[in-house]
Amino acid sequence: MDFEVIHSYIPLYTQAFLLTIKIGWIGIVIAVVIGIATAFLQHFKVPVLAQIASVYVEIFRNTPLLVQLFFIYFGLPKVGIMIPAETCGAAGLGLLGGSYMAEGFRSGLDAVSKSQTESALALGMTKVQLFRYVIFPEAFSLSVPAVVANVIFLLKETSVFSAISLMDLMFTAKDLIGLYYNTTEALFLLVIFYIIMLLPVSGLGSLIEKKTHLRTAGV
Amino acid sequence: MGFEVLLKGNNMLRLWQGLLVALKISLLSVVISIALGVVLGILMALKLPVLKQILRAYLEVVRIMPQMVLLFLVYFGTTKAMGINLQAETAAVIVFSFWGTAEMADLVRGALQGIPKIQYESSMSLGLNTYQTYVYVIIPQIIRRMIPLSINLITRMIKTTSLVMMIGIVEVLKVGQQIIEANRKTSPNAAFGVFAVIFVMYFLACWPISQLSKYLEKKWEN
Repeated sequence: MDFEVIHSYIPLYTQAFLLTIKIGWIGIVIAVVIGIATAFLQHFKVPVLAQIASVYVEIFRNTPLLVQLFFIYFGLPKVGIMIPAETCGAAGLGLLGGSYMAEGFRSGLDAVSKSQTESALALGMTKVQLFRYVIFPEAFSLSVPAVVANVIFLLKETSVFSAISLMDLMFTAKDLIGLYYNTTEALFLLVIFYIIMLLPVSGLGSLIEKKTHLRTAGV
Repeated sequence: MGFEVLLKGNNMLRLWQGLLVALKISLLSVVISIALGVVLGILMALKLPVLKQILRAYLEVVRIMPQMVLLFLVYFGTTKAMGINLQAETAAVIVFSFWGTAEMADLVRGALQGIPKIQYESSMSLGLNTYQTYVYVIIPQIIRRMIPLSINLITRMIKTTSLVMMIGIVEVLKVGQQIIEANRKTSPNAAFGVFAVIFVMYFLACWPISQLSKYLEKKWEN
């Protein structure tokens, strides 16, 4: 391993890292928003919209991100819909993530027991209060483990962005291997940067999981 | 819209063959993952010192490393570091089994530890010996919990194998690209039709399997 080479590669990787993180987190935010909306539609069985939500979840849960991105990035322009690569990456990740988040939030909502709703109503809470103070906090902490797992999953999925020629970490590594054959150094940095990106999230996830678990258990 | 390309010659057949390549790699990896995962899962549930730490580190690696990075490490890294020239398919099976085994082991561990202690105690008080306890009480419950989850792992494996085109395996996406390139002049819009069809093909491969998994999970809930 040549540390001079590694040193000279670091700026390139940092740039790619920042791009990967940016698109990754934008995608995750989109995913959370879509996920919560979809979960509500499904949980409260809103007519028509709930069915559309289910179709959406099934389609995006059962196809790979790479195929989704190829379709959005290479396929859609042929019918007149041009989307720049970065938007495409964030949108693809958001749509895929939304379907996974929806399942997580929905199981959280479903797990809030009926007696909670009934008790709140018996105490004279309005629907909004019931939702704001009883259902949402409980459902949210119940779905935390699923959400954390999904965030990690989505950050890992960003590695396919290179396929639609986004200059992400994977792209940079592949490019450098192709140009200079410094395979060892390029792969080493790739691993290091992914560890920097995901280890804190993974650790934080375990911590949050412990905390929220305690809260729901009432200890 | 570019669908007409697929009716030319044996293009559609080639796409299906491409999907079969992906399915073959995923099935092989799933079989290996289930076999190794069950063994590792039991070892994890036993909480043996040292081994426990090693297995935890292994799980953490799988948890935070994208499969794509692992693919690159195994495919390009081994050649460089050890001078072994792995075939792309072999590299893919190694990586997906490495990943799948960890997933499976964690599921087995969860299922084993999810069996309440009272079940063991009740079996014992009914006069069953250890062997009988496992065969008649514990294992049937674990299998019921594991089957839907293992089936689910198959669909995840199929979805992940779409990555293998990045290390040069000619699977459905790659075949799709070849078809688009070859017909660039005659049908410039082929990308839409071909990728739409591949999208549907993946859905058709995964959806029935995940429905089956969901159905079994509900059926065996209690």
